[in-house]
Amino acid sequence: MATVSVPKSSEETTTQPSTITLRIKRSNPSESTEKTFSEFQVPVQKWTTVLEAILYVKQNLDHSVGVRYSCRQASCGSCGMKINGKPALACYTKLSELGTSIVTVEPMNNFPIIRDLAVNFEQLISNHKKIKPFIVREDSEITPGTKEFIQKPEDLEKFLQFSYCIKCGLCNSACPTMATDTSFLGPQALAQAFRYTADNRDQGKDERLKIVDDSHGIWRCHFAGSCSHVCPKGVDPAMAIQLLRGYLLGFRK
Amino acid sequence: MRESIIMKIHYGTALGAVVLVAVHILMRLSQKYSDSLQYQNVLANYHFLPYALMLEVVLILLSVHGFNGLRVILLELKQGATYERAINYGSIAAMAALVAYGSRTILMAGMGVS
Amino acid sequence: MAERLSNREGIKGMANPTRYGIERVAYWLQRLSGLGLLAYLIGHIYETSSIVNGKIAWDKMLALTQTTEGHLILTIVIGMCVFHTGNGIRVMLGHGGVGVGRPGQPEYPYKAASLNYKQRLCIWVSIALAALAMMYGYSILMGE
Repeated sequence: MATVSVPKSSEETTTQPSTITLRIKRSNPSESTEKTFSEFQVPVQKWTTVLEAILYVKQNLDHSVGVRYSCRQASCGSCGMKINGKPALACYTKLSELGTSIVTVEPMNNFPIIRDLAVNFEQLISNHKKIKPFIVREDSEITPGTKEFIQKPEDLEKFLQFSYCIKCGLCNSACPTMATDTSFLGPQALAQAFRYTADNRDQGKDERLKIVDDSHGIWRCHFAGSCSHVCPKGVDPAMAIQLLRGYLLGFRK
Repeated sequence: MRESIIMKIHYGTALGAVVLVAVHILMRLSQKYSDSLQYQNVLANYHFLPYALMLEVVLILLSVHGFNGLRVILLELKQGATYERAINYGSIAAMAALVAYGSRTILMAGMGVS
Repeated sequence: MAERLSNREGIKGMANPTRYGIERVAYWLQRLSGLGLLAYLIGHIYETSSIVNGKIAWDKMLALTQTTEGHLILTIVIGMCVFHTGNGIRVMLGHGGVGVGRPGQPEYPYKAASLNYKQRLCIWVSIALAALAMMYGYSILMGE
């Protein structure tokens, strides 16, 4: 029988807050091109996340810090930023995991900056729309006299992983091609192209393959894997892109 | 040409080149390395028609693969319709120039024009 | 101006092989070795073209290239060639979806299946083969 006991030692329940230096990159392109770093001393607990530290700064030290966030639980994809040089979700990264007393947060690369840590997702969303992120087919489940489209668990498994994408943009920020190619569709859009193509209810494979088979489409991915390295939801865009390319190379039907 | 066709050519030329370059290197190792580079020996290689033909194929495969690779890198570095057109045509021109220059050597040395 | 505001990492970010594991290093080495091999190809075609100008021209070119520095460059070319081939085959198979894992339910801590040990092993084997080929090539070139 399981026994649940109350921890005896007071050390186990209370941890003395330590302090870290939070460096926030500041910029406001609408006013000037100047970029500076503001430093703040933030008290942290073992469980304090980077987002919580930024919000502490906003509440107590500097109200003007620009940051976008919403759910605080890695579901909305709003708080993507560069933490100690690598793209990550601020709400999903604990300061204690970083193991440094100075934590630097910057806006994600490869996205235009709105202000401070908030970036513009216009290109990400427009590229996402380009690949037709919906089921393409003539008939419909809601037409009278029709049944729902059958999907077995093994059919679902072929694309379920890729449907967990929260459009946080971390993959696009880490991608080496996105670093220089302004026209590249990006790992997010390409992975979603596979997500819908692999769906057995979808009939838009040819349309989507035509869209991604472009000089700035799927062939500009060189399988560096950085997108999958930073994905906070285990979507593995690199795998999706290679599997999608398999259709174009004749490895998949 | 569709990008998928270009990239299939890229992969095809890579695989072909791997095999033929291996033969080319093994030919250097079939005798003492410095001897294999002696004027008469090299000339004899060019006079041997199958080998000369293989060199021509290697030249084409590597030029196509190499300049297409460079085209891909350059296309990713900068964008714009004029720039991209210049890169696409420039790569084809460079490819053709290198093949022409290399073929000239193979042809002239093979026919004994020296 | 617009490009500066887009906050792109640029060539510096693209060419930075750190931060994202061995796969990013392999990406960087593949590019670098590709560019190196293309430069060598052009040089090699120019070098061999001297044969059409007769024995004296050929021997003069050999005297220029068959030096210690020339052999060192050739050794690096051997390494680049072997790595580019080995890693290139890995990337090509990966592009077809071979060896990149199978889609499945992601579980915490969300290790990407495409960045699996087979891929990493292939990269390390390519590096090791390149090092071995360089050693063998150097011994052949310097043993003369």
